[in-house]
Amino acid sequence: MNFIPASLRDYVLPVLYGIVIVALLPLLAGYIVLLERKVMADMQARLGPMRVGPHGLLQPIADALKLLIKEDIIPQKADRFLFWCAPVLSVTMALLAYAAIPFGPVFQIADLNVGLLFILAISSLGIYGIVLGGWASNSHYSLLGALRSAAQLVSYETAAGLAVVSGLMLAGSLSMKDIVQAQSDQGVWFAFVVPVGFFIYLVASIAETNRAPFDLPEAESELVAGYMTEYSGFRWALYFLGEYANMVVVASIATTLFLGGWLRPFARYQDHLFGTSIELLDLLPTLLFLGAGVYCFWLAPRQPVQIQKIVMALVGGLCVALALGMTGALFAPDTVRTGIHGAFWFLAKVFVYIYAFLWIRFTFPRYRFDQLMRLGWRFLIPLALVNVIVVGATIVLQQNWDWRHPMLTAIVTTAIMLCVAAFLARDRAPEVEPLEVGEGD
Amino acid sequence: MDSVLFYFFSALAIASAVLMVTRRNIVHSAVFLITALLATAGIFLQLQAEFLFVVQIILYVGGIMVLFVFVIMLVNLDLSLHLMQFNRMKFVSTILAAVLAGQLFTAFWITRNSLNLGPRGEAMAQPHNTESIAQALFQNYMLPFEIASILLLVAMIGAVVMAKRKV
Repeated sequence: MNFIPASLRDYVLPVLYGIVIVALLPLLAGYIVLLERKVMADMQARLGPMRVGPHGLLQPIADALKLLIKEDIIPQKADRFLFWCAPVLSVTMALLAYAAIPFGPVFQIADLNVGLLFILAISSLGIYGIVLGGWASNSHYSLLGALRSAAQLVSYETAAGLAVVSGLMLAGSLSMKDIVQAQSDQGVWFAFVVPVGFFIYLVASIAETNRAPFDLPEAESELVAGYMTEYSGFRWALYFLGEYANMVVVASIATTLFLGGWLRPFARYQDHLFGTSIELLDLLPTLLFLGAGVYCFWLAPRQPVQIQKIVMALVGGLCVALALGMTGALFAPDTVRTGIHGAFWFLAKVFVYIYAFLWIRFTFPRYRFDQLMRLGWRFLIPLALVNVIVVGATIVLQQNWDWRHPMLTAIVTTAIMLCVAAFLARDRAPEVEPLEVGEGD
Repeated sequence: MDSVLFYFFSALAIASAVLMVTRRNIVHSAVFLITALLATAGIFLQLQAEFLFVVQIILYVGGIMVLFVFVIMLVNLDLSLHLMQFNRMKFVSTILAAVLAGQLFTAFWITRNSLNLGPRGEAMAQPHNTESIAQALFQNYMLPFEIASILLLVAMIGAVVMAKRKV
């Protein structure tokens, strides 16, 4: 790095990280879509996309190409400026949030001391992409989708914010790095100390990313495609990218705050295998990639077409190369090793969280809008409020009475919270009279 | 660099505030109000008050303005487009504007010697202004803060009661 002038040295790495993230994120989002389709297919006993590439592995690239060359339609009576602005806004805000996300102890663009709040603030700006886009399309479906989205996001942001507070109180810092450090110091992931807070955040984050069962802003059976009904081609792709980027953002917040960030499972357990500096658990990523690679090589000759055989073998080669990389990183200097392995564990947790999203999506039917609001305001928000108070009280008690066992906190708070939840759950929705459609103007 | 950022954000805030008042389309006005609020947040950031910066965005832009836009969308827009935006009392308004300008000018003239802001204070060098804000709100000014919160709570309950007659 010596060839870079000293005044710029602080900027070079963050800019590089930024470029890597902006370049890789669309690809990642595309493959999350593929994952979603494959998981959906699996849960419905189908095969899913199989044609483009072996097992549909090149499907996202084909989709992106198709969207790029599609005709770009702007409705005649649309507000052209806002129609153009809205999808861009949606993607920009989603990408901006990555500035503060720590993908590992090294791989982070900026460690802000209000990092978590910054991410929450920026991702709350993403609503404008949806709301303005829905309004600018000048269509009833879009407008209704936008209205639903605004109401839903404002409601569930409160619950999510309060759930985040319960984790923050344990960490005692807003900096993403310090939050993970606190979990490393206390030797436990905060999801185990405040499981109720984690649960509330999980539910609220599904609602915030407009995913099923809370996907009312884009409910196909009612609103065609909600706020993006009038969008086509690449603008539509931008909305999609924004949505999936946002999923990764909320998953990253949950990972950092509740699931130990880049920490390996059992981070405190050290065995120094065979007297070296290698831990047994650090070999897990290698084995995982190696297994995937061998599986790909096994599949390759069984593909129907010659080109698919080649692509499958290439994928297998990539997996083996990754496995070698993970092994090589074990012998590298400490920063490189923790950086690479941290990024692996962080992304692994993010994907587990996203898998939970998909699982929930294909398991639960969609909520009705009044049920959604009821769940938010009459169950989640009171629960989150009590959770904050109970967790705060246990922290104070711990400090005064020298209770040093986090699991005790977890058991006591969860027991209290379950009672509160049972109390709140008694509140049943009243029979709702069907709304008069077209009332007013 | 600091002053460049300051003038950039100030110009942005003022320009979007002017546009907010003059736009005919109410949604465009809301968008420019959002820009003005974001520019103000930028000034907070330039003053190294990052907590205020974030809170400004979360509360005003991410919370209050979303509700504004939400309500605006329910309003009949075609009607509001044809409404007269400015009323015609030019004579009175000119006099009032002149009086206001005179007041401002007098105020600036009297205090012209104290306009120099002096060297930068120590507080800005502190790395964690989240803690200092918490200290100010929850220790030094606990009672006024609580009174203000209760005032807001009363207003909120009042609004709910008025909106929902048959409780």
